Amino acid sequence: MRAFDYARPGAVGAAIAAHAKADSAYLAGGTTLLDLAKIDIMQPEQVVDINGLGLDRIERLEDGRVRVGALVTNTALARHELIETHYPVLSQALLSGASTQLRNKATTGGNVMQRVRCPYFRDGASPCNKREPGSGCSAIGGVNRETFAVLGTSEQCIAAHPSDMCVAMAAIGATVSVHGPKGTREIDFGAFHLLPGSTPEREHALEPDELITHVTLNAPERDARSGYLKLRDRASYQFALASCAAQLTLKGGVIRSPRIALGGVATKPWRALEAERILEGKAPSKALFEQAAKAAFKTATAYEHNAFKIPLGQHAIIAELGKLTGLATTQEAS
Amino acid sequence: MADATLDATVGHVDPDDTSSLQTIELTVNGQTHTLTLEPNVVLLDALRERLNLTGAKKGCDHGQCGACTVVIDGRAMNSCLLLAALAEGQDITTIEGLADEDGTLHPIQQAFLEHDAYQCGYCTAGQMMMATSILNDKDIAKDPASIKEAMSGNICRCGAYKNILDAVQSAHRTIEGA
Ligand SMILES: Cc1cc2nc3c(=O)[nH]c(=O)nc-3n(C[C@H](O)[C@H](O)[C@H](O)COP(=O)(O)OP(=O)(O)OC[C@H]3O[C@@H](n4cnc5c(N)ncnc54)[C@H](O)[C@@H]3O)c2cc1C
Ligand code: SF4
Ligand code: FES
Ligand code: FES
Repeated sequence: MRAFDYARPGAVGAAIAAHAKADSAYLAGGTTLLDLAKIDIMQPEQVVDINGLGLDRIERLEDGRVRVGALVTNTALARHELIETHYPVLSQALLSGASTQLRNKATTGGNVMQRVRCPYFRDGASPCNKREPGSGCSAIGGVNRETFAVLGTSEQCIAAHPSDMCVAMAAIGATVSVHGPKGTREIDFGAFHLLPGSTPEREHALEPDELITHVTLNAPERDARSGYLKLRDRASYQFALASCAAQLTLKGGVIRSPRIALGGVATKPWRALEAERILEGKAPSKALFEQAAKAAFKTATAYEHNAFKIPLGQHAIIAELGKLTGLATTQEAS
Repeated sequence: MADATLDATVGHVDPDDTSSLQTIELTVNGQTHTLTLEPNVVLLDALRERLNLTGAKKGCDHGQCGACTVVIDGRAMNSCLLLAALAEGQDITTIEGLADEDGTLHPIQQAFLEHDAYQCGYCTAGQMMMATSILNDKDIAKDPASIKEAMSGNICRCGAYKNILDAVQSAHRTIEGA
């Protein structure tokens, strides 16, 4: 690993000032940053350790929203009483991600900021528009199976966003609070991650030196039920091939306020808005779920090795909706 | 990526110190060590190369195999993806700190021995450290499926999984019965 300087500020303002002094990276858990620094994909001249900023609390705000500090670990968030009770989808998504050891170290802010798992991005040599803008995309005509998207892709990049946690947050609805040289601002979670378009090197809405301080979850819907289904090549410790986070309420026999988000199949945590519109106000049925699932992938583009993700993602939606509404849709929907 | 002018003093713990070395204190198995390290040293390398604690193994160096697992403040972590400086002031336990001082094995070590829960042994220290943290974690159930799920970050190339699971369950019974 290349050498870097190390700063351990004790306050948010000092962290931002330190970050602005050099080509820097904030260090939270380090499970993405050190992984990529070791293979020379990230090359910070300075690492600014943000573990001493006191951003490790989970609190309920007066308006009912739940504010999660950027340094709360994935384990602490998944096991927190407020999350287990009001946002099972988030707890389940977190616990389906990575391994026990990694979740113990990985943080909320770091998870939001994790990088793609495209092997061409990671190999440091193949043409890759994300790593080296304008060099081309090796994945589009290459081997493009598990870590590649079918939704939100462009001719410049097709890497899937790898996070499970973010898919649950997209379904719940959230706001990202950031602090930067010009002060604080709030970014809607849905606008935080960017589509690759013609600038795949731009992955998120942060301005230079900005620090995520919190992610605030929308207030829980009364009587809402929610859950996360992750489909992958093995039963544990693997990134999603396709996943579905869903939240809804059943009132008088019909679905209200459905929120569906998809992982493993899209270049950012993906809200399936069209599917939500189809579900709203309707009585649960297998036919309805199939119609919603189909709509969710209407704009999908299949690549040579990942076309299977379209039916797989549709099955994830159908199975998760079946589970939440108590309707058996598959033989094994757990 | 990095084309900003490098100011050699930026970010140093001591701005007057032009070398990038930093001095940190690590508490490992109850003993505190003072180490002078480059800031980019990960805990696994500090343990193995500076403190001569070679029980934690470097399998992949990327958080993928679990061979480097150590327990920090009661929680298992991959020491290969953990900057040594981040562990300052925390309580680090490695495989060398598991047995009692008089040599009495920890129940998990005894169980691994009795259940033949290793073949080449390369993953074993990581497996045992993961297992001890699980046995102490009230949030993790101890049925076979939950143990397998909780330990899926520990890969065994030899495929000793069945005996590892037996050993962890047996150690759990020993600890519960004690
Ligand atoms: C083997 C392996 C398997 C994995 N499997 C999964 C999986 O199945 N599902 C899944 O979702 N994830 C998975 N992950 C990814 C893991 O969840 C992330 O590595 C982790 O969440 C990153 O958090 P961190 O705190 O360690 O981030 P760091 O490595 O500290 O930081 C990551 C990036 O975010 C920046 N950053 C961190 N905090 C902030 C902040 N507050 N403000 C601004 N920038 C910040 C850093 O500068 C860096 O660029 C896996 C990782 C590994 C190594
Ligand atoms: S898919 Fe994206 S990350 Fe992968 S090679 Fe193409 S441009 Fe790079
Ligand atoms: S060496 Fe750390 S996980 Fe493999
Ligand atoms: S015993 Fe050989 S790798 Fe596990």
